[in-house]
Amino acid sequence: MSITRDEVAYLARLARIALGDAELDHLAPQLDQIITAVAQVQEVAAEGIPPTSHATGVTNVFRDDEPAGCLTPEQALDQAPAVEQQRFKVPRILGED
Amino acid sequence: MDSRSQRSAREGAGDLTRMTAAELSAALAAREVSATEVTRAHLDQIAAVDGRVHAFLHVAADSALAQAAEVDGRRSQGEPLGPLAGVPVAVKDVFATVGMPTTCGSRILEGWHPPYDATITRRLRQADAIIVGKTNMDEFAMGSSTENSAYGPSRNPWDLARIPGGSSGGSAAAVAAYEAPLAVGTDTGGSIRQPASVCGIVGTKPTYGGSSRYGVVAFASSLDTPGPFGRTVLDAALLHEAISGHDPCDSTSIDAAVPPVVAAAREADVSGMRIGVVTELSGDGYQSGVLSRFAEAVELLESLGAKVTEVSCPHFRYALPAYYLIAPSECSSNLARFDAMRYGLRTGDDGTRDAEEVMALTREAGFGAEVKRRIILGTYALSSGYYDAYYGKAQQVRTLIIRDFDAAFGQVDVLVSPATPTTAFPIGERADDPMAMYLADLCTIPSDLAGNAAISVPCGLAPEDGLPVGLQVMAPVLADDRLYRVAAAAEAAFTDRWGGPLLARAKGL
Repeated sequence: MSITRDEVAYLARLARIALGDAELDHLAPQLDQIITAVAQVQEVAAEGIPPTSHATGVTNVFRDDEPAGCLTPEQALDQAPAVEQQRFKVPRILGED
Repeated sequence: MDSRSQRSAREGAGDLTRMTAAELSAALAAREVSATEVTRAHLDQIAAVDGRVHAFLHVAADSALAQAAEVDGRRSQGEPLGPLAGVPVAVKDVFATVGMPTTCGSRILEGWHPPYDATITRRLRQADAIIVGKTNMDEFAMGSSTENSAYGPSRNPWDLARIPGGSSGGSAAAVAAYEAPLAVGTDTGGSIRQPASVCGIVGTKPTYGGSSRYGVVAFASSLDTPGPFGRTVLDAALLHEAISGHDPCDSTSIDAAVPPVVAAAREADVSGMRIGVVTELSGDGYQSGVLSRFAEAVELLESLGAKVTEVSCPHFRYALPAYYLIAPSECSSNLARFDAMRYGLRTGDDGTRDAEEVMALTREAGFGAEVKRRIILGTYALSSGYYDAYYGKAQQVRTLIIRDFDAAFGQVDVLVSPATPTTAFPIGERADDPMAMYLADLCTIPSDLAGNAAISVPCGLAPEDGLPVGLQVMAPVLADDRLYRVAAAAEAAFTDRWGGPLLARAKGL
């Protein structure tokens, strides 16, 4: 087994997804199967081969620093789930203690 | 203008939907038909068939007709117009569009209206193309069937019980069902070429960085590539040219001239070209009718004067596993932005829960099963202790695949393979079998990992099921024009052999 149900539950917590028990029962064996399959990459002799994160090799792209228009506060807040005093209103970010 | 489009224009609205974008452009320029008539004809077709096809998540009838009226007005004033003036285009719901919802096939973005246009959207508007609506897709472009859309699957116009491919399945189905002559999609692992193949139309993944990602909801940033769909190779080339080119808003955009794709599509000449058949993209797991049609396509190209050889790309067999580490890793990072704070769905905010709890409840409610699988897989592949064995190793395999391509393109001008291992499968067959679904992209993934260019063009129907098969052509980075040269030559010869376009045989509608 590549990955256990408990590990999947832990990863879901890290990824901020509140998976239910039934979903965990369903996803854990599928992920185990997928991870077993993708682990094939480990068969490849790749000693000394540089990694590719990006195929085109473009690096350090800069543009001129010119003033330009931007969204108005109304546009920026237009799609927000909750707004107060021209700000994004969010649930509390600190715990009780 | 040829006699066919003149005839179609005279015959009225019913036939306007059968015309190609090139024919419509010519008829519009000659003022034989107005943009309003063309747009109405396509909106009528959408109204007539989309209840069955479900290619669209949003039909923008009012804005399309307003845009068409504006184009007609400017034409009557003799003002200069863009290259696709008055030609309808369908836009995958991954592209940000001001004035239209952009959901990416997800509940988490249900009803979201972006505050800016994607560069591709802006270029379509600048080309004076008429945006008729937003097309269905697998949620966040993750899938090969549109079954992962939160809004239900699209259906294949060849057989409504079958998948239209994915993730850009709505765009492919819209073009195949004559709801629009053109559509844009995105290709991350095959999401343009695979749906084009199974719907019997043309679809191109341009060179990575050749078309802008600005305003494209990100899935896997090092792979995502917008590109065109059309019913003919020339139409795909016209759209390819209109949407491509350097964009300062996308730091991975290539600052180089757009390859001469339209000229290549018109030349349609493969004489003297060196074409390599990829040994590894064949064999077990491939449907026999796909292999026989592919073999015929290769013989056809040879008869047209190409020099065909077999070329081995030994690391391609590791492309699929490498992709299913790299793409989920990037997705797990990109989709962290859906945090229920600034836009999109927010669930469970009852005043007692803190932000992290609300975030987790929202992501649980707003993401579908495949998106969750990939976020968790990516989180695993990037976690310390597993990074080197999975993500790091996949990145090295990516280098080896690029080297395979480099070696192959040292011997040949283009590579060819089937576009997909099978024809369109029935809706539901692979819906809860992720590994089986992933195999649909077996042939298309190598070009995504290498960032080069590839196209799928129809090469016939599989004898056993009567469904379309696609020929994939792959070309080096920024040699996109070679795709069109080969695909157009094959298309012309096949159309002669078939006595007309393959799509005329589609019986699903």
